[in-house]
Amino acid sequence: MAVRVKLPTILRPHAGGVAVVESEGSSLGEVLKELESRFPGITRNVVTDAANGDGFWALHRFVNVYVNGEDVRYTGVLQTRVSDGDTVSILPAVAGG
Amino acid sequence: MTRAFTEDEVVRYARHIILPQIGGDGQRKLLESRVLCVGAGGLGSPIAMYLAAAGVGTVGIVDFDRVDLTNLQRQILHGTSDVGRSKVESAATTLHELNPGVEVVPHDTVLSSENAFDILGRYDLVIDGSDNFPVRYLVNDATQILGKPLVYGSIYQFEGQATVFLPGRDSPCYRCLFPQPPPPGSVPNCAEAGVFGVLPGIVGSIQATEAIKLLTGIGDPLVGRLLVFDALEMDFQTVKIRWDPACPVCGENPTVTELIDYDQFCGIAPGEVPAEAEHGVATSVGSAG
Repeated sequence: MAVRVKLPTILRPHAGGVAVVESEGSSLGEVLKELESRFPGITRNVVTDAANGDGFWALHRFVNVYVNGEDVRYTGVLQTRVSDGDTVSILPAVAGG
Repeated sequence: MTRAFTEDEVVRYARHIILPQIGGDGQRKLLESRVLCVGAGGLGSPIAMYLAAAGVGTVGIVDFDRVDLTNLQRQILHGTSDVGRSKVESAATTLHELNPGVEVVPHDTVLSSENAFDILGRYDLVIDGSDNFPVRYLVNDATQILGKPLVYGSIYQFEGQATVFLPGRDSPCYRCLFPQPPPPGSVPNCAEAGVFGVLPGIVGSIQATEAIKLLTGIGDPLVGRLLVFDALEMDFQTVKIRWDPACPVCGENPTVTELIDYDQFCGIAPGEVPAEAEHGVATSVGSAG
């Protein structure tokens, strides 16, 4: 299942500077693991302890992830199902002004 | 008693008054409104300038910082001859020239848990243009406890976020959106990471738009929705923000009912500068972003 993952500016250096990457998986957790395998470190500030084997990690509470504009905290967090063509957006808290 | 417009006001605000959605009544509401802008920097510049131009009767600005040459690439409230001057003083000069009918209240101070209720309590609406997490949580909690609307905006490099937090249940607050701040040092500040100069112009203008809509009661406010702007991709995206019944400030059983130590909450040691703030001191409103 190919999904589009929109990266915030702060994570783009991990993915060669691009704003959107394609990933695979049937759940958000799988999508993030697939990203981490290609771009080591990219999920370090998104999920807790990304290096931990399988199972699902927890989302950090200063980063929000949306699937098609819906906050995944209310749709199953990392177990949120994703399907072909979905858009995953990663949104960290920023404070600049 | 209904406030009568002066001849000058009828002309100055003619393009607002002629809009059916605003009209004389809407313009009168603006003239009678009191708005506080937290920060006189990148976001605070367009916010304060559009509020003053629109005829918001009282515009308060809180900032402790002084104008630095590196600010001028984006902080259009200030000019070259203002370098070294207090930001609120410089802002007051600019706004007075823009619209002498507006009362500008400079708060040349560090916004803190000690003075936040006193300062914010004097205004109808608060706009957050600050540049660090402790102040953002402070302003959120204070507006929720005081029952005042908060127009939120923040920026990083080429990317911005904006939304409106209304007090009360069913409307999310900043803690519903981001329950915890990132660990200190994990987010570089504007000085380290840089910031695209026109970015705060766009995000701050969106904040001013939302404030003026709220004050005049028109349109559909940006409540329960976070607007995310990416200048490089020229992409606007809106995601849902839900009210969290477990929120410690606006949830069903609030545990934060008075202001706390926000440096401690953000993991900053006493006297340390918040990692994301460009200059200034802990729990202070700078506007370096």
